[in-house]
Amino acid sequence: MITIALGKTTKAFPKTDAMPKLYPEPIFRVMGDRGLLVEYGDAISPEINLKVRSMAVALDRARVKGIVEIIPAYRSFLILYEPLETDVEELKQSVARVEVGLEDIEIPPPRTIEIPVAYGGKFGPDIEFVAQTHGLSIDEVITIHSGNAYQIYMIAFTPGFSFLGGLPEILHSPRLPTPRAFVPAGSVGIAEKQTGIYAIESPGGWRLIGRTPLKLFQPLAREPFLYSAGDLIRFVPISAEEYNQIASGSA
Amino acid sequence: METFFVREPGAFTTVQDAGRYGFQRFGVPVSGALDKFAFVAANLLVGNPETSAALEITFTGPRLEALADGLAAVTGADMPVALNGKPQPLWESFRFRKGDLIGFKPAAKGVRAYLAVSGGILAPGVMGSRSTCVLAGIGGFDGRPLRKADVISTDSATSIFRLTSIPEQFRPQHSNSITLKSVAGPQIETFRDSMELFFQSQYTVTSKADRMGYRLEGPVIPFASDAAKSIISEPSVPGIVQVPADGLPIIILVEQTAGGYAKIATVISPDLDLVAQARPGDLIRFSPCDILEARRIHLDYRHKLLDLKNAIVERDRMEI
Repeated sequence: MITIALGKTTKAFPKTDAMPKLYPEPIFRVMGDRGLLVEYGDAISPEINLKVRSMAVALDRARVKGIVEIIPAYRSFLILYEPLETDVEELKQSVARVEVGLEDIEIPPPRTIEIPVAYGGKFGPDIEFVAQTHGLSIDEVITIHSGNAYQIYMIAFTPGFSFLGGLPEILHSPRLPTPRAFVPAGSVGIAEKQTGIYAIESPGGWRLIGRTPLKLFQPLAREPFLYSAGDLIRFVPISAEEYNQIASGSA
Repeated sequence: METFFVREPGAFTTVQDAGRYGFQRFGVPVSGALDKFAFVAANLLVGNPETSAALEITFTGPRLEALADGLAAVTGADMPVALNGKPQPLWESFRFRKGDLIGFKPAAKGVRAYLAVSGGILAPGVMGSRSTCVLAGIGGFDGRPLRKADVISTDSATSIFRLTSIPEQFRPQHSNSITLKSVAGPQIETFRDSMELFFQSQYTVTSKADRMGYRLEGPVIPFASDAAKSIISEPSVPGIVQVPADGLPIIILVEQTAGGYAKIATVISPDLDLVAQARPGDLIRFSPCDILEARRIHLDYRHKLLDLKNAIVERDRMEI
């Protein structure tokens, strides 16, 4: 379990050029009559995302009247609101109020979710490309990829598609020149400096290195998704046999 | 209760309700009826709660055989509807009996018609909504459009059928040239030199126009010289106008949750009803609207929906 002292650390970042810039004040961006985006920095970084997560959790807990949903992303979160109940000025004040109280409330540490993955072969047809590009063996790619816990920066584009940060540089790989028309549900891929999971079948251009047998989107379950933005994902390598066992067991 | 047998499904007919809220943070789009006013009107005409599931019909309608008696209403696009070949008025409810055939002619004006049926269309509730989301494969008929030989069921309705009508002044007139009130931003700085151009230009709806979004053709919108053409992906809302690298705007609609392109403006939500009825070749202008005005218009729109409820005229009442 990896714990990060959330909330406490957010104000301690040294404001040097070496660090990704956390804005001194958030930038508010209006999205029509029902959306307000709150932006905290101009980079993809764990520090900025930590701030996003802390504020999103704290604002959610504050149960501000009129807020319909809070959607966290890399460096910002979107507040969807009911215009009959609140407005942009009130929401800005709520954000400022939560910000002031941020140090006094305890933000829960992110959960770590373990996702079993069968790497390579038919499950990860691009793993050889990734290995060759970096002069690694396939086993080394697996060891490196499964040796890290990755933070979910954002879930978007298709239900449950998770964008994960923290991919070691040695695995950074370009997207496919032409996206595949069908990527199977559960596929784990790499695109540039990100890794991610296709929770449902869709088209896609990421380099596929493995697949999980878990059903990541169960629309009829009380909790349709295993993970939320802000959680940590750890991939656990499994064999093809184990993949089949889990797949038939969870079907 | 089994209510219709689908003889022909129409071009793209889906079950939609008011939308699936609360799951955008998991990448689930809101879906739901695109023309909210027409959708609510159809439900009210048949005595349903305003958020009951209805059929959203695109350009060409289905052919339905009634398996039971009931009350139906068609609103939205000017899409002529007939019962056993006899034309029925739009924006009014009409009665059908077991064995009747309901058919449509292609939309003469507008794009999307709503067919509401007394009781509301029955479909499993998925994450709080019956709306079809094709991307996620959920809602309606297993997340897909209607198919030949589907059987449409409805929740049981009251046995008192009131034939009703929406007064003329509430019925929108579809035009092939529309103006969409839009709030500047979210990426104001990226388009600081082109905002004026955007609000003065006329755009044409291309054939790439569906529930995901409407691609437009017209004057290319330049980016500020110091601005990146793509941004770090962020959540979006229906109505947001994104500008990809080619400079041609796209109005994002209800089947997307995020985007990595800069956005110049956001169409206010009441005006999305106009987008829902815009056809390829139609002309679109954007007019600037500040957030206070947007809020006022939104409040007016809600009041109009409330007024609609009280304004529905009863033409006849019958019992079965």
